[in-house]
Amino acid sequence: MPGIIEAKDLKKTFGSTVAVDGIAFSVRKGEVFGFLGPNGAGKTTTMKMIACVSPKTSGTLTVLGMDPDEVPEKIKAGLGVVPQETNLDPDFTCYGNLFTYARYFDITEAAAAKKADELLEFVQLTEKRDITVEKLSGGMKRRLILARALVNNPDILILDEPTIGLDPQARHLIWEKLRTLQAQGNTIVLTTHYLDEAARLCDRLVIMDNGRILVEGTPADLVRDHAGREIVEVEKSDEVESCLRDLQIPYEMAGDMIQVATESSRDIARILLDRCRPEKVITRPATLEDVFLKLTGRKLRE
Amino acid sequence: MPHILSIPPVSRRAVKVWHRNLTVFARTWQVNFFPPLVEALLYLFAIGMGIGSYVREIGGVPYVTFIAPAILAIAVMNSAFFECTYGSFVRMYYQKSFDAMIATPLSIEDVIAGELLWGATRSVIYVVIMLPVLAVFGVVSLPLALLAIPLAFLGGLMFAGIAMCFTAITPGIDTLNYPSFLFITPMALFSGTFFPLTLLPAALQYVALALLPLTHLVAIMRMFTQAAVSPVILLHLAWIIVVTLLCCMAAINLMRRRLIV
Repeated sequence: MPGIIEAKDLKKTFGSTVAVDGIAFSVRKGEVFGFLGPNGAGKTTTMKMIACVSPKTSGTLTVLGMDPDEVPEKIKAGLGVVPQETNLDPDFTCYGNLFTYARYFDITEAAAAKKADELLEFVQLTEKRDITVEKLSGGMKRRLILARALVNNPDILILDEPTIGLDPQARHLIWEKLRTLQAQGNTIVLTTHYLDEAARLCDRLVIMDNGRILVEGTPADLVRDHAGREIVEVEKSDEVESCLRDLQIPYEMAGDMIQVATESSRDIARILLDRCRPEKVITRPATLEDVFLKLTGRKLRE
Repeated sequence: MPHILSIPPVSRRAVKVWHRNLTVFARTWQVNFFPPLVEALLYLFAIGMGIGSYVREIGGVPYVTFIAPAILAIAVMNSAFFECTYGSFVRMYYQKSFDAMIATPLSIEDVIAGELLWGATRSVIYVVIMLPVLAVFGVVSLPLALLAIPLAFLGGLMFAGIAMCFTAITPGIDTLNYPSFLFITPMALFSGTFFPLTLLPAALQYVALALLPLTHLVAIMRMFTQAAVSPVILLHLAWIIVVTLLCCMAAINLMRRRLIV
């Protein structure tokens, strides 16, 4: 069965810059699919192509079984988009934002009014109904944008960094809403820099870098395949390094720590403590963050 | 990439964008209602009565009657031009409203067409408020002067299209000052507004007729308010219609180039 979004050899160039370099992916109906990657990896560009606001350079892309180059207005009628940048309409109240936006989808005035109040309730902003959006906090604005993306009962929800800059309370509320939406059968495509968020929300995800997809899979599979089960961290010192080399245990440098990926942290920790005399040893389960840093490197991106 | 002067695919959804702007305008109508009233009175008193007391008559009509159509035409020009330069730029660049709109079934062509229609509507609103003031002072000839209202829409659409072309290519909001000061302000003075075009040197008259859109708008407006329509009106109308079509097409296509990458 073909996916609800299908991309093959999808490419996007801006002048001589290649933003998306021939990627292929397939999003199934009803799943939460994540795009991860450092800044400039091509995630947002991919989102914009799916959302029919940026035309592809080459390759094929179908969304809801249709071609964004052919019938963008039909596809967009079935999409809900949460952009990275807050672009609520400052000339309207919370209610006015939802009502006006619903009208852009050819929703009747009566239905738009009803939907606006329902959604304010859903994102817990009923009390702020008649307040202009400029007076909202960052978290409230993101919630209102999420509500706005739902005015047309979209088949696919596209979220570009939905919880960027939010405090933990606000993030948890957004996650809760997204899980509710998934339970209702919505397909959700999202990008995020927060790897715990991706691990928590995504059924499947891809990690991108330099316009290409590096790996694809479920968060658990990716962690198991690329970072092992557990990580032992030791404070960096020349003795520990030479000791590890002598024991022929593979390790990686992570800032001022040495990391050893392993299936059994207990054994490695014991060997280290017995033979290498480290200052401090920490054992922890491997996470998506370990996979991410291993695959995309530790160098800072701008 | 479509040619700048190709016909853009605009759908009826453009009306939604127009309606959004109307809603915002209507909510602050008390604020929006007074500038046209005050502007009409200021022009009438300062220029009409002030300068008019020295000039008395131009070509057999009282000076204040001579400038009445210019007051209307300049209002048409200013309201559409400033709406579709500074107003549209703020919505596009600072408020990101266009980005939000094109994530819906609206296309960028619909959005810009809606903005142009709204610019023209601003001109109509201005003229509708000013006209009774001018009528009270007896400087326009009713009922023919009522044709100023549909003319305001056409003229407004022309200046909205011209304005949107500048908005589509301006690097920032400050550079929009250039067309305002170098194009709009001189045009308000040298288009047969406060003195007849025939006072200009012949060469400049041709320049004004060929290049200054306001010249044609003032000429038609004057025929309506003075109830003196001559066949030349067809030439003026044709000039305005052609320029309006070209500028609106260019504006929409240039905006697509700017925003859809």
